[in-house]
Amino acid sequence: MTDVKATFPHLGNYFVPLEVLFTAGIEVDYIVPPPITNRTLELGTRHSPDFVCTPFKYNLGNYIESLEAGANTLVQVGGACRLDYYGELHEQILRDLGYDFRFVNIGSTKLTKPLTFYNILKEINPDMTLKNIARVLPVVLKMIQYIDEAEDFIRKNIGFERNPGEFDHTHQRFLLEMRSIRSKKELYNYYIKYMNIFKSIEVDKPKKPLRVGVIGEYYTIMVPFSNHFIEKELATMGIVIDRWMNLTNSVIHDFRPEAKEHIKNYVTFDMGATAMYTIDKALQFAKKGYDGIIHVKSFGCTPETDAIPVLQNISSDYKIPILYFSFDSQTSEIGIKTRLEAFYDMIIMRKEAV
Amino acid sequence: MFIMKADREKPAKVTVGIPKALLYFKYFHLWESFFQTLGINYIVSPDTNKDILNKGINYAVDEACLSSKIYLGHVAWLMGKCDYILVPRISSFGKAGKVCTKFYAIYDLVMSTFTDSDFKLINYNIDSTNSENERKAFVKMGVALGKSKSQSLYAYIIAKQTQKTQLNIIKNEQLKLLNKDGIKILIIAHRYTVLDKYIGEPIVRLLKQMGTTPIFGHVVDTKEALVRSEEISKTLPWLFNKELIGALALYKDKVDGIILMTTFPCGPDSLVNEVVIRKIKDKPILNLILDGQEGTAGLETRLESFIDIIKFKRSDEID
Repeated sequence: MTDVKATFPHLGNYFVPLEVLFTAGIEVDYIVPPPITNRTLELGTRHSPDFVCTPFKYNLGNYIESLEAGANTLVQVGGACRLDYYGELHEQILRDLGYDFRFVNIGSTKLTKPLTFYNILKEINPDMTLKNIARVLPVVLKMIQYIDEAEDFIRKNIGFERNPGEFDHTHQRFLLEMRSIRSKKELYNYYIKYMNIFKSIEVDKPKKPLRVGVIGEYYTIMVPFSNHFIEKELATMGIVIDRWMNLTNSVIHDFRPEAKEHIKNYVTFDMGATAMYTIDKALQFAKKGYDGIIHVKSFGCTPETDAIPVLQNISSDYKIPILYFSFDSQTSEIGIKTRLEAFYDMIIMRKEAV
Repeated sequence: MFIMKADREKPAKVTVGIPKALLYFKYFHLWESFFQTLGINYIVSPDTNKDILNKGINYAVDEACLSSKIYLGHVAWLMGKCDYILVPRISSFGKAGKVCTKFYAIYDLVMSTFTDSDFKLINYNIDSTNSENERKAFVKMGVALGKSKSQSLYAYIIAKQTQKTQLNIIKNEQLKLLNKDGIKILIIAHRYTVLDKYIGEPIVRLLKQMGTTPIFGHVVDTKEALVRSEEISKTLPWLFNKELIGALALYKDKVDGIILMTTFPCGPDSLVNEVVIRKIKDKPILNLILDGQEGTAGLETRLESFIDIIKFKRSDEID
């Protein structure tokens, strides 16, 4: 073992597969960032430029708290939007704050090429072996897929559980025990076991429950704290929540050509980052007759802002209500709750009218 | 052969409308010369004014950047006054860099915003990673307007030369200014911000009134600037910002102060400005965020105190 203590900012529950990737694959210690709290956001906001998008601030807060927890190697990736330039500024801000660390900026390197991927990981630990990473990477990718499948099931059922808290509790156990799994076979059996447990949880689901689709910007949609736990809020109202966006559908598989084809009546060109997926899924939810759609993003997110006029057209063509949320570090909790409640009242009245 | 076909059909005389916003300020030599050579009528929307801005604000999503709101205002002005509106779509210049996703989206943004009006846009798409380059885009555009491929290609080559000549003249003029005595202020801003008559130009005018010489970051040799940009930032993905940062590296030692001028809430600038402020420590920097709301009084005060600081610094150095 080296003395490397690596960390990567939080994204949903993916710290579980990431931990396996770092510890078993790259063979370094991994510091899971402390759970996101108000302090994380405050720290990040205090040292970030004013109108940078909120994910930048959360990431920075995660880095600071991970450094405090002993991390010495920070990893950042690139992306199709401002994310592509996060790394350099994160590093600069943290250096200016006086922290001592190594920064590995994967930037916009094409991760789909296995060899490039390997070379970059080697930067984190030069002693890493190809054999090891080749053994662990498939397990990590499967873990991501299984987490996504389980969470998709939870979102659609948690609002109807007979014993409140059962899904959450099982979900936490599912994630916790997964951290020690190192083989694909073991993982598969584990997944089957847990899916059966999830499916055996008693639910009172009406024949035609309210269905709401959640769409929007990559980070905000996947990090519950950053969207003020909107999915949880919807579940307590007894709604089926459908959210397509996750790592499986965006990083592991490339659905861009399909998305572009689906939405050709609305959009000619790729509008950047996740805009195509946002529009594609909105259209799909509309066609399936969902009761409403919720669009979430961080303040000033350019591609998602540009998708809004298209969403408005879909909303009026298919007569489906869309609620737009834009989060920044100052968003008021009460404002969100009130708007959600009004949205709920509206969709339930529409349903009863039909 | 193509020419004969075009002649036989004798398409009705069309007029192209050009919004005087966003990429206009980078490409107007190229566009105007292209249409002139092809003998195609075109009109350019007027300088941005209060009315155009308000129109844009009405059509745009609240959170959109000021520059894109202004753009929609210009498009709205052109509605009904021409047959086609030129809305170029750019996503990538290949290895040179990418652009803000606003330029990816602008074509569809216009199409989705003005759903109640009847209008046509010209298809003009540059996406080097998918081998859609500028020349191809211009030939397509010429053909769409009823000209032949060879006519369009010829017009593009002429237009490209005109653009080069014009930009060289502007560059040489600035070179002279760089060697002038007196206080020089380097303005780092996108062309569509600093050259816009309503938002950027008032600031340039004020700087001149205060007896200083404005130097423009966008007036620079692109190739040289892209190389020099690495001195300040190595991973910057956006071509337009890279060019400006390169200019900053090139001109920094010849000027007395730097103004970063940004329209709210510009995505790329939100990060790049912070990098500049953190990395450039030997020159005073003023970070101006323009939201199209303020009168000039507040701006004047900020500019005055900025110039005062520079004057103090200079007199210190002389003592």
